[in-house]
Amino acid sequence: MSDWIDIAPLEDIPKRGARMVKTALGCVAVFRTAEDEVFALDNACPHKAGPLAEGIVHGTSVTCPLHNWVISLETGKAQGNDEGQVATYPARVEQGRILLERSFLRARTAA
Amino acid sequence: MTQKLIVIGAGMATGRMLEDLFEAGADVDVTLFNAEPRGNYNRIMLSPVLSGEKNYDEIVTHDADWYAANGVTCRFGERVAAIDRAAKTVTAENGDVLAYDKLVFGTGSNPFMIPLPGHDLEGVIAYRDLEDTTRMMNLGPDNKCVVIGGGLLGLEAAAGMAARGVDVTVVHIMGHLMERQLDEAAGYLLRKALVDKGITVKCAANSKEILGKNGHVKALLLDDGTELPCDLLVMAVGIRPNIKLAQECGLAVGKGIHVDDQMVTSDADVMAVGECVEHDGAIFGLVAPLYDQAKVAAQTLMNARAQFVQKELSTKLKVTGCDLFSAGDFADGEGREDIVFRDPARGVYRRLVIEDKVVKGAVMYGDTADSNWFFGLIRDKTDISEMRDTLIFGPAYQGGTPLDPLAAVAALPRDAEICGCNGICKGQIEDAIAAGASDLGTVRATTKASGSCGTCTGLVEQVLAVTLGDDFVVPAAASICGCTDMTHEDVRRMIKSQRLTSMAAVWQECRWKTSCGCHVCRPALNFYLLADWPLDYQDDPQSRFINERKHANIQKDGTFSVVPRMWGGITTPDELRAIADAADKYAVPTVKVTGGQRIDLLGVKGEDLPEIWADLNAAGMVSGHAYSKGLRTVKTCVGTDHCRFGTQDSTGLGIKLEKELWGSWTPHKLKLAVSGCPRNCAEATCKDIGVVCVDSGYQISIGGAAGMDVRETELLVQVATEEDAIDVIKAVTQLYRENAKYLDRIYKWMNKVGLDWIKDRVEAERDALVARFELSQSIYRKDPWAEHAREKAQSYKPLANLALEAAE
Ligand code: SRM
Ligand SMILES: Cc1cc2nc3c(=O)[nH]c(=O)nc-3n(C[C@H](O)[C@H](O)[C@H](O)COP(=O)(O)OP(=O)(O)OC[C@H]3O[C@@H](n4cnc5c(N)ncnc54)[C@H](O)[C@@H]3O)c2cc1C
Ligand code: SF4
Ligand code: FES
Repeated sequence: MSDWIDIAPLEDIPKRGARMVKTALGCVAVFRTAEDEVFALDNACPHKAGPLAEGIVHGTSVTCPLHNWVISLETGKAQGNDEGQVATYPARVEQGRILLERSFLRARTAA
Repeated sequence: MTQKLIVIGAGMATGRMLEDLFEAGADVDVTLFNAEPRGNYNRIMLSPVLSGEKNYDEIVTHDADWYAANGVTCRFGERVAAIDRAAKTVTAENGDVLAYDKLVFGTGSNPFMIPLPGHDLEGVIAYRDLEDTTRMMNLGPDNKCVVIGGGLLGLEAAAGMAARGVDVTVVHIMGHLMERQLDEAAGYLLRKALVDKGITVKCAANSKEILGKNGHVKALLLDDGTELPCDLLVMAVGIRPNIKLAQECGLAVGKGIHVDDQMVTSDADVMAVGECVEHDGAIFGLVAPLYDQAKVAAQTLMNARAQFVQKELSTKLKVTGCDLFSAGDFADGEGREDIVFRDPARGVYRRLVIEDKVVKGAVMYGDTADSNWFFGLIRDKTDISEMRDTLIFGPAYQGGTPLDPLAAVAALPRDAEICGCNGICKGQIEDAIAAGASDLGTVRATTKASGSCGTCTGLVEQVLAVTLGDDFVVPAAASICGCTDMTHEDVRRMIKSQRLTSMAAVWQECRWKTSCGCHVCRPALNFYLLADWPLDYQDDPQSRFINERKHANIQKDGTFSVVPRMWGGITTPDELRAIADAADKYAVPTVKVTGGQRIDLLGVKGEDLPEIWADLNAAGMVSGHAYSKGLRTVKTCVGTDHCRFGTQDSTGLGIKLEKELWGSWTPHKLKLAVSGCPRNCAEATCKDIGVVCVDSGYQISIGGAAGMDVRETELLVQVATEEDAIDVIKAVTQLYRENAKYLDRIYKWMNKVGLDWIKDRVEAERDALVARFELSQSIYRKDPWAEHAREKAQSYKPLANLALEAAE
């Protein structure tokens, strides 16, 4: 059964922005798009572990702040000619609150 | 046997249900209660009544004759006060107790009133029924009204009152209007149309308090201190299903009254339809699904099997002249493709979201003639792969010529300014072409357009192309990025000549091909907009690179460096102590003296930034903007204070310059230096702007660099006084801000426009340039560190800490 954890109100993340959530196994970046969807990804770029939460969000992608790789928020895959992928986690918004899935967050080292 | 049916609420849903019952000849004896002192009417048409396009009689759906003909006992103006489900009776307000076989709830919903201080003042109303509408209709040209809420209802209320001459202001908390139905681009067009109707629109505005006088509303006070006077205040911020009565009699409720697919509640003899219900987790606010519910409820009452299924919904706004449409899911997404069509001249915007060969969502503004066809494609999940190329043009369009990329320029009016330097309008260029000019050179020779700074070259060429057609081929120029075909220069010109003051305006009027830009164009647009419209445009942190968003330089390990300002390179023991203390307190791994005459604290954790800034602020230090495309440092030498060769107070001038220019944003970084004599110890001749002091005054030179390119500055002008030096530097900085391409340093810009042009402009327009620079600095000459430490500290912390959580 899925088990969702209430993280914070949606407004705590700006539109086209991100904030970071600390977990025992590292940081997860939670993104909010212009259309109010949320996505959760490891906060480490597949290139050289750049902090994706600090990137510029456009459409459903984020551009890494260190060397401009563009990462899909939906699949975690690097776009264009770059190759690599970061782990993604289930995330959703319900009644204005951001929810993350507990078991996935726990299983993240396996990813 | 005749079934005794009691219906609570004569609304849009129950009205339709009764029609269906009687049309099918059902054997029912109906008693209809309604809290409003009238029968069923078409609530959604209150808006045309408000605007004066219809009158109330025209929107009544069922009149006294109809109720009589169908034997309906009307109890209008009477509320049902209580229900006894065990006894199967209802109690009316006057105490009458009536028995039922079946009971139907159609109680609709209640407008939500934000509990702001003053919300209970006389003159604060919602927009739900005829009474509210009448209150608004009583206003006229002498009145002011504030509407809180920029959604469907709020805008219809605003437009209706504006049509009666009322001075209306809409206050909306989100960044654009109708944000749940429209994307930013369509929201921008809608706003423009409403502003044209004389409505004042304030987005991203927070209401704080409703002010009153003698118990009556007087004004709305916003968070930022703005006071909006009003005689009436309309709150249109949302609705809540009206479930009180259902809850009191013990029916299962959540957000609404729980019903199954047959519209039956948790009690088999009680049903519910309309906005008061919750079906499968959803609640409803538009009539289309309510009519479906009404049909199902009628069938259920007649013991026929029917099932309510939720369908895709679409939205339209009933404001004359604002044609918009939105349906389905138009969020971006993996595997989702956008087709965007913009026709700035006609104010048309269309966006389709396609996934797996199917249209998922659509947003349209301006021309919604084809909306039903698109809505059909969404609802029926039609495979559109065959018509994908021409889909966006609608059903009538098959094949045909592809859209003309020059249409934006073609549509500019004759008096649109093309060349700002020489004040040349499109019409003058067209006239020159009519008189025989056929290429850029001849246009330039006859009109001077593009003959000065040259940034409008692209536009002039496009006017040529539009006017001459195939006879003129536009030389290819690099566009900003994949989101647009326009160059930086073209976009800057459009921003100025068309007075585009928001990002959404640029995307629309310059035909952006993506819905919201990318990491390349957004920072550039953000700079252009804030440089050109410092008062109108609000800086967008989400369109800035991280260094400028967080006011610190990001390091390769994700930590940050912190460089406080040391005005002109001068510091004090107290400042140095404060820096040392901060380095200790925040365990800063590296403290380094920079090449810019100040100290860098490297390796500070992102979360600690607001605190370290607050500590440095307390010691009188502010941001050094070592991270910005803006003023960096003003390097100085010791000058006359100590040096035996010094001719002027170079340190003093450096400090003054830094204090005047700090905080300003520029196309690329801006570095200055002031040397006290031609020995030039401050290396002024390799800075963007350098001052070398001489006996007779100050030599100001520009266009130096010592990075990837090493350049020596060239002399702009020599002036006699410090005041003149400061003014000239402000003027040239402003000229650079207004004209250069984003990420061009002064030397690159100078190569394009020529030093002579810069000299002429600075000489001719010095005072005006200084005034515009000062206007912008009235907003930007402030310490962002102090502001962030005070107001945004929370956003530097993790959103949540689940470290313990996951370790369990
Ligand atoms: C800290 C400092 C080096 C130092 O330890 O001295 C420095 C550090 C950086 N410089 Fe610099 N520059 C520093 C003085 C210089 C100088 C010397 C000067 O200003 O006198 C130059 C050459 C002069 C010039 O600008 O023409 C210089 C030319 C550059 C360039 C090349 C610019 C160019 O147009 O060619 C870049 C890259 C860029 O800006 O795109 C750059 C970019 C950078 C960045 C911001 C790289 C980056 O994007 O992360 C470095 C940030 C390090 C960090 O994490 O803090 N830095 N940089 C100096 C800070 C000065 C200050 O107090 O603000
Ligand atoms: C100005 C305006 C414009 C709108 N425009 C549109 C539009 O363009 N398109 C669209 O799809 N929708 C529109 N809507 C929404 C639409 O009107 C509603 O979805 C619809 O009216 C809801 O129907 P209903 O039958 O559930 O409730 P209602 O029509 O609200 O009827 C409920 C009735 O129940 C009565 N009642 C409540 N409690 C009791 C009680 N205890 N005893 C007796 N009576 C009671 C109320 O007085 C009310 O008359 C608009 C709404 C408004 C206000
Ligand atoms: S020279 Fe290169 S490595 Fe050194 S600080 Fe400047 S940008 Fe960084
Ligand atoms: S670490 Fe992300 S692009 Fe290099």
